[in-house]
Amino acid sequence: MNALRLLGRKFLQLIPVLFAVTVLSFLLIKLLPGDPAVNILGPSATKEAVAQIHQHLGLDKPIPTQYLTWLGHAVTGDLGRSYQNQQTTTQALKQRLPVTLELIVLSQLLALAIAIPMALIAASRAGGLFDRVSTTIAFGFLAVPDFILGVVLVYFFAVRNHWFPATGYTPFSQSPTENLRGMVLPVLTLALASQAVYLRLLRTDLIATLQQDYISMAKAKGLSSRYILLRHALRPSSFSLVTVSGLQLGALIGGTFIVEVIFALPGVGSLAVQSIFSRDYLVVQGIVLLVAVAYVLINFAIDLVYTFLDPRIRHAGAI
Amino acid sequence: MPEPSDTELHLETHPAEFGASPDSIIMEVGSELHAEAVLAPPVGARKKRLGPAFWVSVSWIGLVILLAFLAPVLPIHPPNKVFVGPPNTPPGRQFLLGTDELGRDMLSRIIYGARVSMVVGFTSIGIGLLVGGTLGIIAGYYRGRLGNFIMGCMNVLLAFPTLILGLALITFLGQSLRNVVLAIGLISIAPISRIIRASTLTFSEREFVSASRSLGAKNFRIVTREILPNVALPTLSFGLVAVAIAIVAEGALSFLGLSVKPPTASWGGMINEGRALMNLHPYLSLVPAAVMFLTVLAFNFAGDSLRSFFDVRESAL
Repeated sequence: MNALRLLGRKFLQLIPVLFAVTVLSFLLIKLLPGDPAVNILGPSATKEAVAQIHQHLGLDKPIPTQYLTWLGHAVTGDLGRSYQNQQTTTQALKQRLPVTLELIVLSQLLALAIAIPMALIAASRAGGLFDRVSTTIAFGFLAVPDFILGVVLVYFFAVRNHWFPATGYTPFSQSPTENLRGMVLPVLTLALASQAVYLRLLRTDLIATLQQDYISMAKAKGLSSRYILLRHALRPSSFSLVTVSGLQLGALIGGTFIVEVIFALPGVGSLAVQSIFSRDYLVVQGIVLLVAVAYVLINFAIDLVYTFLDPRIRHAGAI
Repeated sequence: MPEPSDTELHLETHPAEFGASPDSIIMEVGSELHAEAVLAPPVGARKKRLGPAFWVSVSWIGLVILLAFLAPVLPIHPPNKVFVGPPNTPPGRQFLLGTDELGRDMLSRIIYGARVSMVVGFTSIGIGLLVGGTLGIIAGYYRGRLGNFIMGCMNVLLAFPTLILGLALITFLGQSLRNVVLAIGLISIAPISRIIRASTLTFSEREFVSASRSLGAKNFRIVTREILPNVALPTLSFGLVAVAIAIVAEGALSFLGLSVKPPTASWGGMINEGRALMNLHPYLSLVPAAVMFLTVLAFNFAGDSLRSFFDVRESAL
């Protein structure tokens, strides 16, 4: 199939999804029982304040008009402002997004750095001792909720041994080393869970690859098993790893908040939790919109990359 | 050419990322291949067993459920009664798991916390299976426009940050056991429907379905008599993993103080309350953390064992 046509079709599929995601984010505040203005301001709100919010949010207009106005503002970067401290949501997100992104990127890099060598060793002797032990440990990590892992890591590395700070965040610009030191435990918390996913995935794919004929051929040529693993087997086995690690990035954008809360990191997740507690619903709406759109776009990008990396999928429609 | 993603992907749902699991997306790719693999004749099939670890997991789950069920008649202290013993007593003979900072008995709080976890785990996934399962079977059986529409809706739902949505739902609806169950059940619908659809797809192409159709069976009969029983087995194993995920989700909510209201005991809440005293009395957090970990592990392990037990493809290897 023509690559351009495929690209066009994927783009067309993206539009209704983005439409639905934005509509749902918009309706988030509308669907709540009661008056949104009262929900935002709390039950002790004065009549004037309620009326002001009604006017401000354009609640007197029909809902499609409200949606379009809201979407127009959102596209130009105006997500409204907090009713607690008057900071605009966009400002708040700009401040906090780097923290969350640092957390996500570092943790995924660490997870891959742990998982890839372990999967190579495990797959090269499938069923051996290392394989069984690492698979079992990975299974254990998959079962640990992140808040338990975080608490246990704090206990061992911050409370019993004062190796790393238990909470707190230093901006990277202020002190790179302190920033990284504070990031160690939260990054480890996320990385240990993700590496288990990656390890299991890559191990399975590697074992399947190692049964291919061309691997036997390479062995027959007398190539070392190290060379075969790294140069022949790793690349064709890493398609699903690439996809899943990309998807993990998307999933983590909305999934770091508990780690951020445990380690008191000023990221998007802890902003969401704070805003929910203080009933700052416009900020919550902004965050939900951002995370959902980011998730959709990342999935879309991965789908594209995957399609063009793997000819089997590209040609699947043509068969 | 390497064999692309293996069946393991289908159920390898990571507990931490409830719903937004990357695997459920890959699953689509895997499912089509799965269909062929099922048809492949077994090569050197060996007899499979559920090993002792499976039975240990099942026993632990059974014990937790039994204790949770019998909690009101067990000879334990009331879970919310303060100063039944000196505060912060470490685990010992008088108080098996110690007492907390208000002198409440940790053992009875953990048992009562199990009630919350089990009720939330099973009821919310029950809701998810009922609604998500129905949608998934419909989408897998009627693939054309209807199926695409259903899955499109589910994909949109999957894009939302699930726990943030859950948090928001609960703050709006109010903190109560019922609302926690509803919120988690609602969140579970989309991922469950995707998994059920994938397994419906693999069966709706099978020879017994075409046989039944050629005998003149109506769609409803094919779905309920041919597809449902086949989908039910993998669903059982997936359901156990899903219960584990729901327990973790409830734990996360109660860890943040948004599940059942205090003083009602819940595992996540106990872990969080103990954090402040971690340097002096680490067991306050670590004991409920260990119980929760073991329970989640047991559900995951039981589900995973059942999956490979029922999985036709793996036995062929």
